[in-house]
Amino acid sequence: MKASSRIAGVIHTHEKDLLVEWVKAQLAASTLRGDLLKEADLREQSRTFLSGMQAATQKAGSEDVDGPAWADVKSQLNELSRVRALAGFSPSETATFVFSLKQPLFSRLSKELKSDPEALAAELWSATVLLDKLGLYTTEIYQKSRESVIERQQTELLELSTPVVELWDDIVALPLVGTLDSNRTQIVMETLLQKIVQTSASIAIIDITGVPTVDTLVAQHLLKTVAATRLMGADCIISGIRPQIAQTIVHLGVNLGEVTTKATLADAFLVALKRTGSSIQKVGGAETA
Amino acid sequence: MRQVVREHAIGQGFSLVDQTKIVTAASELARNILNYGGGGEMIVQPLAEGVRRGLKLSFIDQGPGIPDIQLALKDGYTTGGGMGLGLGGAKRLSNEFQIDSRVGAGTRVTITRWK
Amino acid sequence: MERIPILKMGKFLLVTIQVDMHDQLALTLQDDLTTRIAKERSRGVLLDISALDVVDSFIGRMIANISSMARVLDAETVVVGMQPAVAITLVELGLPLEGVHTALNVEKGMALLQRRLAAGHG
Repeated sequence: MKASSRIAGVIHTHEKDLLVEWVKAQLAASTLRGDLLKEADLREQSRTFLSGMQAATQKAGSEDVDGPAWADVKSQLNELSRVRALAGFSPSETATFVFSLKQPLFSRLSKELKSDPEALAAELWSATVLLDKLGLYTTEIYQKSRESVIERQQTELLELSTPVVELWDDIVALPLVGTLDSNRTQIVMETLLQKIVQTSASIAIIDITGVPTVDTLVAQHLLKTVAATRLMGADCIISGIRPQIAQTIVHLGVNLGEVTTKATLADAFLVALKRTGSSIQKVGGAETA
Repeated sequence: MRQVVREHAIGQGFSLVDQTKIVTAASELARNILNYGGGGEMIVQPLAEGVRRGLKLSFIDQGPGIPDIQLALKDGYTTGGGMGLGLGGAKRLSNEFQIDSRVGAGTRVTITRWK
Repeated sequence: MERIPILKMGKFLLVTIQVDMHDQLALTLQDDLTTRIAKERSRGVLLDISALDVVDSFIGRMIANISSMARVLDAETVVVGMQPAVAITLVELGLPLEGVHTALNVEKGMALLQRRLAAGHG
């Protein structure tokens, strides 16, 4: 504990100078985003962090950053990383906040413990371990924030890429493009069922021409979608089955049950028309022959 | 009971389908408590983990307990003339599922669904 | 005693479920329905669940039972009006509902019953 109270002491004694040097280092860093962060804000964030660090090391030392004494500092870092992640900073640009404090802090510690190299070595070690932990923490929070942005964008993209069209009275079609994972399946089911209710359709054609591979999982998802459609009182026809897919389905032993399958959307449409009591008739012909 | 769960789910921002899933799972587990547990209680816990939001429900009874949990989780297995989907079904409808049961000491089932 | 009303619609019976079903109510319904089918010699039952925003395995069992009992009495059952969220949840839940016919609404349900009768099913 003697080691880390030195950090507290050093910060306490040299707070103003440390702040100036640290901010200068951040402003000079090649990773500064002048377009995204104003100097005044940077100064304020740094000041808050420094005094937070002082209080935490004073109270509980630098060993356990997960303890309650460090909660305030972590909370500030949490907020800072989140905001920077959402604003478009890179992970390095975000972590620089903490790492750039090393140089000014180390030089102060060196001056203070000039006469005691052993103690100095111990202090420097504690300080670097501490700042590494805090810096990595910002990276973790950054990651999580980015992940939630990506998730949101993915959902929006999924919704856009699942257009259900009303082909004819009573018939809707869903051309699937891309892979069918469990997330996408949920959206597909919701969109398809909603359209069925809207149009009072009796038949849904799911075209999988644009689905690159059909493995057991994809087949399961398809069958789930078919089952849900059936519960709504509509029949399903799966079209766009390429020869390779037909082979895969048989090899995997996937049981499509009673689902009607057709090679092309056009064939499926004809079957659907017949089932709903319509048909296509050619008109005329003599004139154009 | 379903209304309470529904309201909490709405409060946590769940989509309609996700709401329905957790309310249905709750319905299954609550019926189990009534039919096998001799009554019990449900604890609702809204969760927040960073940006993630979720709902955690615990179903506790002081009933006879479940001797073979693996068997009880199997679809179709039932001691009460039902469809035997209660536990397995609730598990499928949830993101996380925990069960603690001892013969003679009661049962505790916890399910969690994330937004 | 609380009872679910059963409406006669020509050769068919219409049952609209709007309240929370508990054990007693479900048993009473099954009783009433079988009695009514026999009495009216109905050929079909329309089970309207459009008001249900949750269908768990208990309701599922009730629906399957009604369907089986009706079939024994030479009547087909069609479940109508399932809400999309319920359908998706049921599939996830794994409820088989074997041999239960479904339709989007009462109108389509009746059309389905007519078709099946004309085709000589049941």
